[in-house]
Amino acid sequence: MKIPLRYNLRSLLVRWVGTLMTAIGIGLTVAIFIVMNALVNGLDSTFVQTGRENQLVIIRQGSLAETNSYFDRGLYETVRLLDGIAHDKSGQPLASGEITVIINHPRLTGESANVLIRGVSDMAFAVRPEVKITSGRKFRDGLRELVVSQSLANRFQNMQIGKTIHIGRSDWRVVGLMEAGGTAYDSEIWADYEDVAQEWDRPIYSSILVRANDAKAAESLTKRIKDDQRINLQALDQKTYFKDQMVSSIGIKALGLFIAVVMGIGSCFAAMNMMYSAVMGRMKEVGTLRALGFKRRSILSSFLVESVILALAGGILGCLMALPLHGLSTGTANFISFSEVLFHFRITPTILLKGLAFAAIVGVLGGILPARRAARIKLVEVLRD
Amino acid sequence: MSEPLIEISALSKVFQRDSVEVRALDRVDMQVFPGDFVCLMGPSGSGKSTLLNIIAGVDRPSEGSVIVAGESLNEMSEDELAAWRNHHVGFVFQHFNLIPVLTAFENVELPLLLTSLSKKERREHVTTAMELVGLTDRMDHYPRQLSGGQEQRVAIARAIVTDPTCVLADEPTGDLDAHSAREVLEVLKGLNEQFKKTIMMVTHDPHAAAYASTRYQLEKGVFSKEGARQTV
Repeated sequence: MKIPLRYNLRSLLVRWVGTLMTAIGIGLTVAIFIVMNALVNGLDSTFVQTGRENQLVIIRQGSLAETNSYFDRGLYETVRLLDGIAHDKSGQPLASGEITVIINHPRLTGESANVLIRGVSDMAFAVRPEVKITSGRKFRDGLRELVVSQSLANRFQNMQIGKTIHIGRSDWRVVGLMEAGGTAYDSEIWADYEDVAQEWDRPIYSSILVRANDAKAAESLTKRIKDDQRINLQALDQKTYFKDQMVSSIGIKALGLFIAVVMGIGSCFAAMNMMYSAVMGRMKEVGTLRALGFKRRSILSSFLVESVILALAGGILGCLMALPLHGLSTGTANFISFSEVLFHFRITPTILLKGLAFAAIVGVLGGILPARRAARIKLVEVLRD
Repeated sequence: MSEPLIEISALSKVFQRDSVEVRALDRVDMQVFPGDFVCLMGPSGSGKSTLLNIIAGVDRPSEGSVIVAGESLNEMSEDELAAWRNHHVGFVFQHFNLIPVLTAFENVELPLLLTSLSKKERREHVTTAMELVGLTDRMDHYPRQLSGGQEQRVAIARAIVTDPTCVLADEPTGDLDAHSAREVLEVLKGLNEQFKKTIMMVTHDPHAAAYASTRYQLEKGVFSKEGARQTV
């Protein structure tokens, strides 16, 4: 049997000030680690959640996103009549021709950011049942009216119902707020297609979102559009299209990793410092344990376990510090569309476990040298002192 | 006469202090028999603690051999020595060396954690050892809640709880007042007389030495002629 755990627990409690300070230090690192992960997770899940099975985003060949795609209006008529596209109850093909433009608009905090405006028809709502108008009403055509996502309204100036925004050459009035179930559409402003096309003098479409009858139909539609040289369009699986935009989180991931590594190293030293002082203060105890017959590896593992317990206590503190941020919304630039994408910090049990694992690693790395020191004491010298 | 329990032959211990060679023990021969209560006396630096540490497997000789209970300590690895100590040696330190964050019971139980005894058996052994030192009412006390004499009695309970081959005590009364010292020595004497425990004790104190059945006097690493082995 090994040295009892209560020996380590009580030793940590006896030195509670040092234990608490070190745990708080490690906790802060873990909190940062969790927040960074929650940020990336929130952003990624915004893109992952967007899109439905068997739906295709059709854009100009060679374009990476709707925002840099445009094609002739006539192509819309060609595409919507293709075989394999599902129809609504009234027999209309589920194909939504849309135009996207980006405006620069001030946030509530003053600085400006790019926001995506999507010009749509009623069909846009039919192919995106997740988009719901939560207050106010839908825009009417010809009146320069806007429906703004709730998230944008919370973060940008004059995006609340009844307010007017000057965009393009006209004043546009906000008449409704919408929510899109945490998808990328939660970062958009929607307006009537014709109004947007006129305002920007662009009698074109940026994209067509179509729903195929089934997976097979989606596949053959994709091939058909690709192979048809006349239309010069490409059809992308809607889910994949948005997943590819997860590249936006690469910067945050890299920064997060960098900060976590740097702070992690700092925390290792904090744990090491604490454990060295624990070992130095308990040399006589270590000597006694060795004299009683405990082997070196028992001493090593005992101090290592103590270091991990200390770090895990910090890890738990870190989780508690980070948890209040769950659900908080924030925004960043979508590197594909160059518009603001809004998302929520998403702290999941997996992220919390990762945070604890991160803490445990800090504990092991910080504890290994002091534990080795304890295991390698010169027994006679320690007992003589 | 029975076989010696501890047999030391031509034992030397040399320390290197800076460039000076210090001979702490110089070709010492010694035999301790089962049931002996041996006292090692001598001035500071005479090598008595060194001798005790070598017998306990805590230190290693430079030359010579140590055989305890038929096993030669010279060839054992560090871990083998640790296991051997747990089985054969009960160590009593001058400064008690109790673990401050563990209760008296938990301190005494420590060496038993290295055995295959069940929790219930461990409890029985600890209770028996605490009864022998007269401290069953202090089992849940932490060392800081005990007097020096009581701490040393707990340390003795810890030393005997595994029923070791021999109890080795290094200045067990060195930190105690006269009254507590007497109590501790009575406990050791009781263990020797009633349970035939072999005890080897290092001490400065002639009063303590009076409890032993055999006395050795060490001076500068060798047994002095007149004090080589005095049986009381």
